[in-house]
This record gives sequence, C-alpha cells and structure tokens, in this order.
Amino acid sequence: MKAIGFLAVLTFLLSSCSFNEAKERKLPDNSIFHLTSNWKNQDGKSMKLNDLKGKTLVVVMIYTSCKSACPVLVSKMKQIEKAIDKAYLPAINLVLVTIDPENDTPEKLKTFAQTNKMDEPHWTFLTSTEEETQEFANVLAMKYKKIDPIDFSHSNIITVFNPYGELVIQEEGLEINVEKVASTAVKIAKENN
Amino acid sequence: MKPATYILLLLSLLAQSACTKEKPHDEKQGEVVRASIGPIKTTVKMVYIPGGEYMPFYGAIDSNAVKVPAFLIDERAVTNEEFLSFVTANPQWRKSSILRIHADTNYLRDWPSDLELPKDARPDAPVCFVSWFAAKAFAKSAGKRLPTLDEWEFIAMADADTFNARSKKQYSDAIIQLYMEKGRQFKPVKQSAPNYWGVYNVFDLIWEWTDDFNSIMSIGDSRTGGENNNKDLFCAAGATSASEVNNYAAFMRFGMRTAVKAHYTIANMGFRCAKDTSNQTTQ
Repeated sequence: MKAIGFLAVLTFLLSSCSFNEAKERKLPDNSIFHLTSNWKNQDGKSMKLNDLKGKTLVVVMIYTSCKSACPVLVSKMKQIEKAIDKAYLPAINLVLVTIDPENDTPEKLKTFAQTNKMDEPHWTFLTSTEEETQEFANVLAMKYKKIDPIDFSHSNIITVFNPYGELVIQEEGLEINVEKVASTAVKIAKENN
Repeated sequence: MKPATYILLLLSLLAQSACTKEKPHDEKQGEVVRASIGPIKTTVKMVYIPGGEYMPFYGAIDSNAVKVPAFLIDERAVTNEEFLSFVTANPQWRKSSILRIHADTNYLRDWPSDLELPKDARPDAPVCFVSWFAAKAFAKSAGKRLPTLDEWEFIAMADADTFNARSKKQYSDAIIQLYMEKGRQFKPVKQSAPNYWGVYNVFDLIWEWTDDFNSIMSIGDSRTGGENNNKDLFCAAGATSASEVNNYAAFMRFGMRTAVKAHYTIANMGFRCAKDTSNQTTQ
C-alpha cells in the first residue's frame, strides 16, 4: 500500500515537473517575448507579445485598407489555416499585425476579422503605436513606408515563431509556400505539445 | 523497508532533483529591467535646421519633393565615451546582457568587457558596432530620437558652401573618395570642416543609422523607374524609385540601408541623434 502511495507522489512530481518545464523554460535571448511593446487585440484587450507565449505563431503584417498585396496575404493566411490539421489549431495562433495603427483601431480589426471569417479563437489581430509597430517590423526585417494618408508600400513576409518566441522560418513574396508554413507550424506545435 | 519502496523513493528523489535542475532562474530575479530607459546627459551641440523642400534621392512618390519640417540635429556622431555612459546607466544594453533580437553577436565587438572601451580606441571617436535598436535606445535615453531618412539626406545635400550641392560633380566625387578610405571610423569626431549647416562628419567617418531606414525597398536595379522591381516582394513598390542616377554616393547609402537589418552591427556604422524643434510635439 505504501508503494502505491509513493507511486502516486512520484507521478505527481513527474507530471508537475514537466508541466513547469514547458511553462517556465527561460526565454531564449532571441525571443520576441522580451519585447516590451504594448498592443491591443481585436477585442480592445491590452497585451504584451509575451501574452502570446505558449503557442506556435504564424505572423504577418498588413493594413486593412490595402487593396493590392494585403488581400493576397490575408488569403494566404486563410489557406495556411485550412492546411493545418484542425487538431493542432488550438496550439497555433495566426496573428495579423497592422502597420497602420492610426487607422486600424481594435474595432476596425474586429470588423475586418468578422467580414473575412477570421474570428475564431486561433486568430489574433494586433495594433499598437507607430513607434512600436516600427520596432516589431524591424524585428521581422519587414520594410514599409507610408506613401500617402491611406496607403503603404511594404514587403510581404509570413513568419513562424515557436512557443518560446524564436523565429523558425520566414517566407517572403506573394508566392508564399502555404504548405511549408502550415507543416512547419504543425511540426513545432507537435514538438512542444 | 522493501526494496521496491527504496527504488520508488530513489526515483522520486531523482525526479525531484531533475526537476530542480531543469527549473529556470526566476525571470524577475537577477534579470535586467528592459521596459524602461535610464536617462543620460550629453553635451553635444545641436544644430537648428530650418527644413525645406527636398527631392529624395530615392523613394520619391510620383517625383514629388518632400517637405522636411524644421528639426535639430547633433553636430556630430555619438562617441565611444558617450555610449559608455549610456550602457553604464542602462545595464540592459551592455554587451553581456543585450538581447540577440536587439543586436547580433558583434555588438560593441572590440570592447573587452561591459564597461571598458577597446584599448586603442579614442573616447572621442564615433561608436560603431551598434544596432539600430541600441542606437534608438541611446537616443531615447538622451531625450532625443534618431533622424529620419529625409532629415539625414536633407543635411547631406550640403557641401561646405551651399545647402544643396547635389548638382556639383565634385560633391559626389568627394564623398566617394571619403567612402573609400579605410579605418576612417577610428578618427575622432569634428576634426574636419563642418558643412553649410555647421554639421560635422556627415560622410568622412562612418555610415549612420536613420530612424526609418527600413522604409527603403529596392530589389536589384530600380534606376529605370521601378520596372525591374520584384513587385511580388513589395506592395506598391513601383511607386518609389531613384531621382538622381549620377549620385553614386547616395546609391551606396541607399544600398546599405536596403541591405541592413535592425539588429546588425557593423564596423563603420554608428549614429547621431536628432530632436523636434520645441514648437513641435515630440514623438
């Protein structure tokens, strides 16, 4: 009987141990979760990037009033979503960050999410200040420039981060390999399950 | 006790010790504060630039001149000495604690330790091997900001006698000559003549970070008006292209800005700070 008691304690210790490990592993030096910038999501909730910790992230920067490349990028993100096995979606966060914080308010992002059927829990839209957006863009090595009050020219990059905020892959251009992004995201989600 | 019990006890101890070993340091304890910036005082003189219309060498939209509002700019680049006082006040930006997303491994490469300048470095030479993130943090700490690309290029149009010397052939040739000189970044600041505005060392010592260096999008050769741009990579990229094809020095600067990433640190790249004039709101 005693042995069973020990066994129970042991099981508890082991499980709590692995739980702690996953939750508390020290953030690597190159983690984006160290960034202290302030963001709001599509529900107007204030957050830090660190609040995204624990899930595999697929990140793209866009602006909602864009008529040329962004709709393509948004559709790529939806294709990525479709290519991901549904079982893994809870472990993955598809993140759209606006480069136009002035116009893309949380409300506007919410409407955009609903219109584009991107309002499930695995979609996150983020907006910040111009300065903090620029900092984040520079972390992604993303180029952009405001060319008139409503338009930007910008590079098209989709980035995958692991649950610790380390950059895993970047796909650039409009011929983004949807399969590759999706399978990478699933692979990381599996590894960190 | 039965052997099985021993084994279990042993196992549970092992599990516990493994657990402790794997357990990370408390993230709060012993870790530098990253969210705030400690202020520093700098004594560098700032020059008032009245601003004006200027034709960007690259990135003009529909060939329109850009209006540059008045601003203040440091008369010279940030020096080794000043950067030392910045990292002294801001442990999170020392070479041993800077985040890899904020600077590559060459950050302050020749500094023997966190608070020690390279042995043969002059304190009044411009600081190099600094990333855009570090430059930006320094500027913030000094109550300033980095100059925008337009501001920097606006003052760079000047030679010693005129505010816009771009049409003089000698202007571009002289800069190219300076760009070719090796080891120029080790020289102290303010040893050469200032330009029309009273700004020193615009070309002769280092390349300089600008706040929005990442707004330059050029792929390959876009002198022909952007038709060779890889438009797939950039949305509306064809809207921006070069205006003066003979200004090779400017091409070099823009090439540099296209090639670098914000965490890069480079042997001859430093920065100077700028500021809004007092009647403007600061960012």
